[in-house]
Order: sequence, then C-alpha cells, then structure tokens
Amino acid sequence: MTEDTPVLECRNLSISYYTRAGEVPAVVDFNLRLMPGEAHGIVGESGCGKSTVALAIMNYMGKNGAIVGGEILFEGRDMCAMRQDELRRIRGSRIAMVYQEPMASLNPSMRVAEQLMEVPIYHEGVSRKRALERAETMLAQVRLPDPRRIMSSYPHQISGGQQQRVVIAMALLSNPKLLLLDEPTTALDVTVEAGIIELIKDISANFGTSLIYISHNLGLILETCNRLTVMYSGEAVESGDIRSVFNEMRHPYTRGLFNSIPLPGADKNARPLVAIRGQLPLPHARPNGCYFGPRCDHFVAERCDQRPLPMITTQPQSGHAVRCVRFGEIDWELDKPKAIEREPVVPGGVVLRVDDLTKHYTIDSSAALLVGAKKTVKANENITFRAHEAETIAIVGESGCGKTTFAKVLMGLEDATGGKVELGDLDLAHLPVQRRNESTISRLQMVFQNPFDTLNPSHTVGAQITRVIRKFGIARDPDKIEERLNQLLDIVKLPRDFASRRPRQLSGGQKQRVGIARAFAGDPKIVIADEPVSALDVSVQAAVTGLLMDIQRDNRTTLLFISHDLSVVRYLADRIVVMYLGRIMEKGTTEQIFSPPYHPYTEALLSAVPIADTTVKKRKIVLHGEIPSPSNPPKGCPFSTRCLYMVKGLCDTTAPPQREFAHRHVIACHLEPAALLAMEPVITIDAAVRIGEQPTVEVEAARSS
Amino acid sequence: MATVEVLEAPASAPPLVAPPSVPLLKRLRQPRVTLALILLMWIPLTIFVMFGAYLGDPLKSYVLMPAVPATLVLYIVAVTSWRESPIAVAGLTLVFFWLLVAVTVPFLPLVDPNKPIAPFADPGVFKNGHFFLLGADFKGRDMLSRVLWGCQRVLVWGVTATLAAYVVGSIFGLVAGYLSGWWDQAISFVSNVLLSFPVMVLFILILNYLGSSGFNIVIAVTFASAPAIMRLVRGLTLDTKSRDYIFAAQTRGEHPFRIMLYELLPNARGPIIVDACLRLGYTTVAITTLTFLGLGLQPPDPDWGLMIKESAKVAMLFRFSYMLLIPALSVSTLILGFNLMADGLREMSLRD
Repeated sequence: MTEDTPVLECRNLSISYYTRAGEVPAVVDFNLRLMPGEAHGIVGESGCGKSTVALAIMNYMGKNGAIVGGEILFEGRDMCAMRQDELRRIRGSRIAMVYQEPMASLNPSMRVAEQLMEVPIYHEGVSRKRALERAETMLAQVRLPDPRRIMSSYPHQISGGQQQRVVIAMALLSNPKLLLLDEPTTALDVTVEAGIIELIKDISANFGTSLIYISHNLGLILETCNRLTVMYSGEAVESGDIRSVFNEMRHPYTRGLFNSIPLPGADKNARPLVAIRGQLPLPHARPNGCYFGPRCDHFVAERCDQRPLPMITTQPQSGHAVRCVRFGEIDWELDKPKAIEREPVVPGGVVLRVDDLTKHYTIDSSAALLVGAKKTVKANENITFRAHEAETIAIVGESGCGKTTFAKVLMGLEDATGGKVELGDLDLAHLPVQRRNESTISRLQMVFQNPFDTLNPSHTVGAQITRVIRKFGIARDPDKIEERLNQLLDIVKLPRDFASRRPRQLSGGQKQRVGIARAFAGDPKIVIADEPVSALDVSVQAAVTGLLMDIQRDNRTTLLFISHDLSVVRYLADRIVVMYLGRIMEKGTTEQIFSPPYHPYTEALLSAVPIADTTVKKRKIVLHGEIPSPSNPPKGCPFSTRCLYMVKGLCDTTAPPQREFAHRHVIACHLEPAALLAMEPVITIDAAVRIGEQPTVEVEAARSS
Repeated sequence: MATVEVLEAPASAPPLVAPPSVPLLKRLRQPRVTLALILLMWIPLTIFVMFGAYLGDPLKSYVLMPAVPATLVLYIVAVTSWRESPIAVAGLTLVFFWLLVAVTVPFLPLVDPNKPIAPFADPGVFKNGHFFLLGADFKGRDMLSRVLWGCQRVLVWGVTATLAAYVVGSIFGLVAGYLSGWWDQAISFVSNVLLSFPVMVLFILILNYLGSSGFNIVIAVTFASAPAIMRLVRGLTLDTKSRDYIFAAQTRGEHPFRIMLYELLPNARGPIIVDACLRLGYTTVAITTLTFLGLGLQPPDPDWGLMIKESAKVAMLFRFSYMLLIPALSVSTLILGFNLMADGLREMSLRD
C-alpha cells in the first residue's frame, strides 16, 4: 500500500432493500474516493440514503438489504468478496463507526471500562491490564475529565456529551484507518456539540484517521470536512472540494438547500428563505431521469427526464462534479429563486406581561426519608419580560434551561410558585387550565416539537381540527365548522381532502402544518411554538417557518418561539430571551443579542452554532464541561461553572446583577459594563472571501490553532 | 357548447352517494359497516343463548335468522382484510367455523341433543333408527348434535365474560395510568391483592358465594382477568400519556375522561386486541373447567365442559374415549383459533 492508495473507494455502488413491495433501490450509482487523513462529508435530507452508504461500507446491511452493483474497496481490497470472519476482524478495528444516539450505542449493563477494554482484547489479544491502560489513555485523549471515574461508571451515570466521547474513544481504540460518523452530534446540545466537533476535527490530525461524516447540517460539514457529497433520493447529486461546492454550487438541489437554511444574511422581511417546492419522491416512485426534476425550476422536458444521467465534472482540479445535464446553461448568478419581499410588521401594545415568574419542583430523594430534607429543582427563577402584539419573541436555551416548564406554566398545566403572568388583565400564573374559560384558553395555543407526536394517530386530521373549533365555540352548526376547517387547511396550504386522512398518511412537514392549523383554529392571540421545526428536514423547515410567519402577519399573533437553534432565531425573532438553567441571562432585540455587548453564555452559544457559509468568520469559543443538573445548580451565577470569564469568589457565590445596556437590553453578569462593551463580535461576514483565494489558508490557520 | 355543459354538470353537483365504482367488499370493510355486521351476528346469538328460555320454541329460532348471513359476510370481509397473514386466516377459519355452527345449529337437521336414543352407540353405527356419526354418549344422546349445540354456550359466555373483564380492566387501567398518584396506588393495590389469589380458588370462592349461573361466571371471570388487563392498559396509558397530542388536549382544556376515552384508549387498541384474542382462549378453558367442576352451567343442556365431565368416568375405557375426545378436541380447535388470530394480528401489527 502506498500513499496514493485511497483508504476507501466506492465505485458505482448500488444498494437495494427487499421489501414486500419488491426491490427498493436505496442508493444508486454512488462514487467516493477517500484518501488517507481526509474527511469526507455526506449531506442530505432524511431518506436520501446517507446512512445506507455507511452501513454498506461496514458491509452490515441486515437481512433485507444487499449490494446489487459496484464495489467497495477498502485499502484496495474488495469488501464484498471478503468472508464473514475477515469482515468481523476489520469491523471495529480497521473501520469504526460512531452512531447518532450515544446511549443506544453503549451497553447500559456494563461499566465503561469493560466496554472499552473489549476492543483491544478482541482485536489485538492484549492482556486485560494493558487494555485497561490503553482505555484510560484514550479517554484522556478525547478530553474527558477524570477518566478514572468515568471508567468505573455505567453509561447512564455520565452525561450525553461524555457518552458520545466514550463512543468516539471506543472507535479510536484500535487505531482505525477509517472512522464513520453518522450524525454524531444530533442528539446533543449546541455548546456540547461544539466541543465534540473540535474533537472530531483533531482526530485526523492526531491519529491520521480518514473520516466519513454523515450529517443533515451543512454548517457542521463545513466545519469538519475537506470534501463533500450531496445526496438526493439515493443519488449523489453534487460532490467535490468543500469550498468549491459551497461557493459555486452547480446543482439546483444544492442551491435549494442553501436557500432554505437561514444564513446570517437572511431576513424574514427583506430576504425571506425560499423553500424547495414539492416533496422527496418515495424510493419506489422516483421520476424518470433526474430524480429532482419535478421540484426543479430549471426542468426541461426531453432532457431532464432521460437516463443515463452521469456525474459531470465541472472543475477538474478540485474534482467538483455534478449530476445535472443543464448546469452549464443555467446562469447561476441571475437565476436565483426569488422570494417575495414583505413589509416589516409593526408591533402593537403589550399582550403578555411576565413578572418574576418562578417555578420550583420539590422531589423526594431517597435520603428524604431519613433526613427529612426535600430537594428543590428551580426550573424557572425570576423570569421577567413583555410580549407585544404581532411580535416574535424567541426563548433560546439548551436542555434543562426551563423553557418547557415555562410553556407549561403559561398553558396552565403547572401552577407557578411565585410571580405573575398577565394576559390582558388576567393573572394566569395561578390559574390552572381547568379553571380558565374557553376564550382565555383559545387565546393561548401551542405548536409542538415532534411532528410524529403532535397528532393523535387514531383520528383523522379533520376530526382533530374540528374538535378544536367545536371546543372553543368558533362555530356551532356543521356547515360553518366545515367551512372553517377548509379555511384553515387553505391557510396552512394543505389540500382540502387531507381532512379525511389519518396522520400516518402524512409526511413530517404536513403533520406539522396540521399542528399549526390546530393551534390557529381558535384565532389565538399568543402562540407558543416549542421547537416547531427542529425535527424537520431543512427544505421543509423553511416552508413551515414561512407559513408560521405568514399566519402571524395576517392575524397579528404574538409568537413565543422556543428554540435552541440560533440561526433560525436570528432569522425570525424580533426579540430574544436567552435562558440558562432556569434564569434569564440576557434579553434584548435580535440585533442587540447578536452584537456586543454579550453575556458570556450568549457569546459561547453564538460561536457554537455551525454556519454553512464560507464568508462567515467566527470567533472560536469552546466551553468546557457539561450543563449542570437543574436539581443541583451552582451557587451564584448558574453559568459560573463553565464561564471563561469566571471571577472566583464573586460569580460562584452571589447571583449576578441585572444591568440594562440599552433600552430593554438586559444582561445578568458580574463583569464590569466596560468589559462587556469591549467584546468583539462573534460572527463577522467577510464578503471578499468568496471571490478571493485566502479561505483555504484561513481554515488551515484556524485548524492549527 | 353542449360538451362544456356536460363536463361541468358532474363537477358542480355534490357527490350525494358514494360512486358505484367502489367495490362492495371495500365498502363492507369500513369500520362502521364491520361493527354493524358484528352486532348483527352477536346480538341474536346472545339473545338466543341467554334469554332463549323466555322466548319459547318457534320464536327462538327466528331470532337467529339475520345472524347467519352476517356471519358469512363477516368471515369473507375478515379473510380478505387479513389475507397477508396465513396464520391469522387459519385462526379466523377455525373461530368462524364454530361461530357459523353456533348461529346455524337450530336450522341443521339434527336430533334433539337431550333425547336418549341408544346408549353407548359407537361412532358410525346405525342403531334404533338413527345414524350416529360421532356415536352416542352413556345416556344414548347423539354426540354430533351435542357437540354442535354445545359450542353456543361456550362461545357466548366466553366472549361476554372476556368483554366484561375488558370493560372493567380498561376503565381502571386508564384511570390508574392517566390520573396516577392516589388513584394509581389504590387501584394497583387492589389488583395486586386479586392477582395474588390462585385463579381457581377465586372462581370457586365467587361461584360458591353467588351460586352457579352464566352471569355469575361473567362476574368471576371479570374478577380474575380484570387486574391483568388493568396492568396492560395502565402500562400503555403511561407510555401514551407523555405524547404531545395528549398535551395538546390538556392545553385546550379537555375533561380527563374525554382524554382517556378519545385520545388514549384508541391508541392502546393494538395490544389490547392481541391480548383479548389470547384471553378469550383462557376464558374458554376456564369456563369449561368450571363446568367440569360442576360450578358452571347446569345440565341437561349440552356444553363442552359438561360433556367432558359427564363422560369422564365412562371414558376410562378406551372404547368409549371418543366421548371425552370429541368435546375436548372442539375446545382445543376453538382456543387454537383464538391464539392463531392473536399471532397473526401481532405479526401484522409489527409489519406496519
């Protein structure tokens, strides 16, 4: 084997699944060449076949999957021709894989040390003592604090981020040539994700491992990979050097993807997102010719509906190739999909006042029986803000920050411990939903996160919406109800005959639309949207956020948008409330939050969000440690355990003061105002980079630092 | 112009009736129609078995008339909709064989099951002017007639008892799972106490106290089965309770009972139906065992458990073992049918 032999090469790979409906091609004609030390990203929406490629590389297809064409060469040897025992020796030692859900990849009944030791013992036959030493060294190398403690704990005793580091350590223990990462950070919080991404970036440098990084997030791919392949409906549609693809995308689908993610330049009024119309075709109902044809603006009959459709190289030096016959004819600068500009909405009077809202839970710990002490979880602590009519307020924070509790108190499912929530002149803080009257309930509705959970699978779409119409007394006689139902379906842009469908016949995006229709059925004044798009594919996300914005504009609804995704928040929010462990860290308008002065937590959060734009430069701030448990929060400032500016003896003992920097821009921090004002912006846009040559140098510099 | 009018007319007219192109079978498979068919089969059968004595002889037989076509159609509908699973179809065929026997038995050319003709006549023997296909029992009653008549009571009381147990068990399960807290503690405690009794002891206690009759069997089976059903439904409720659609129903101020019945129960139906098929088998065994012990349905009317009991002593002789084997095999085929149906349903629910 020489330096020029690729670690992995897929040639014209085709994979099919055999189901009751017959053979379903999952991946068609897939090519990939991975050189030693290289990181290759595979990006695409759900159902595009990216995970199937990873499983095929491991040659682990399950009972009903098979490689039906092409070959996979690992270090020059054909994997398909290998015997089962040869494959077993390669898996886990030469090729390792990291999956999305860390808890599901670790055995819950074995200590971390035992699981780690298995790898060198099985693959290299080393002694237990030696294996233990190696496991410990590796845990230190993946930057886990206190490896000894982690080695002796069970997986459920450590946090999600730590679990994923253990999984990565396990994958690296046998020093593999190739590491497959299948959405390794999707289940983690953004600031934790940023740490894992840092680690992954260093892997190829420190261990010489080649990486295949599978993700739906273009921003993460940009941060971690040298090359990428964009997949659509089982086909690679564009591949090449990462800069070349990001700056000069030459496939309409790739460009559609970029137009539907909120990049820093996007604005909900001046430059709204453009969603890709239509839906991903089902694997057994793909169109003739180009699979993207029916959704493409540049579709030409007789040309785009013909096969074969090969990958055409556009730039030989960077290896940029695209599966589009018309890429040369499209004017990529001019033919941009156009979005309709809109007038900004003028906010009205105050609709909702939240004053010092506090919610504590008491839990009986096992020790309570002996000592009589009860544990208190401070889920919400002194939450104060105002919401105006037709305004979008984003509540941003990671898991455990108390945003869901806040929603529950607002909806009347939990009783507040203290403080006030005023809707009009009604205090909702101590008014459970059973005691609220219909008009109060209908003024306050909610859109939920998980599209697969938001609708009752046993009832039709129509029945679920009409129930709300009846319950809130919007209409009484059947004709009026039917009229309102059709009107609502029109508003969320679903065909009227969807009323008789059941949720399982709908896609994720369509379900979320029904959820929105249900929330808006009673003409609410305030809608709480709890991560309404985070479980959807990016192209669908744009359509659903657009829809929410449109309805809000027409009804002048106040939107409380709960999210962890700062890019979406920047795009659609007017005001932002940043929460951490139940407390407000910073609040202000979107511009105030995204520009200095920052709260140190906001600063880290901004830096952690991956941005899929090569013109954006970010200041790198990586937090250490994990989010503390809300049942045992740090004394003083809750962020003090992870804060890079922490002042010993002050931050960890006393609660920070609230300082108002501009009108309604409040930061809760001990740092002197001057120190906060002196902060540099985290995100800067450098328009010159796109044309110039310096980006590669820039990246190298960023990586070596 | 004429063509334009022709084209527009059907489009603007509201579709008052379903277009005739929809196949009959597909229309029969609508849940509402299927439910009507089930009731059309079940209500006459129940009336016939439970209240037949009050109706008198000629009227009694007319009651079952509508049930015969309903059962046949239901069988065809069930087979076509479950045709993907051969196991389920086999189970359905066994169960529907006995259901069909149950609804048609008054119209079949059979002799009176209680009339003594020729004691100890062997199977396939012509004696005293009657052909005994399956022989006669020790009193000389025709075995074929008795076996076919006997299925009615087992089916009706078995299904009724299971249904009653499900109604009670589901209500308590929903309340315990959804309201949790105090309710859960109390209900779970009572059900644990009931579960700790051996089933037979519970049956004997209840039936000795209440006296033996069909309705008391229903009560006894409910006491024995409801705790296990309650645990099943409680578990399913706890799983479904945290879903967003329950949260949505709560936030629109729905009453807890509405949430339980409309939002929770329909989503628990899959496992409940599978479990019900299995439990029907247990109940059938329990009822025949009770009759065998003399605690259940009373002679002289034919009943499988009763037949086994009555012939138990005589059947010690190998020559007369058919008296025991025939009702025993009948019970087994029915239970096998229920169990195969459960397997088939589970298999199908896993596929989707």
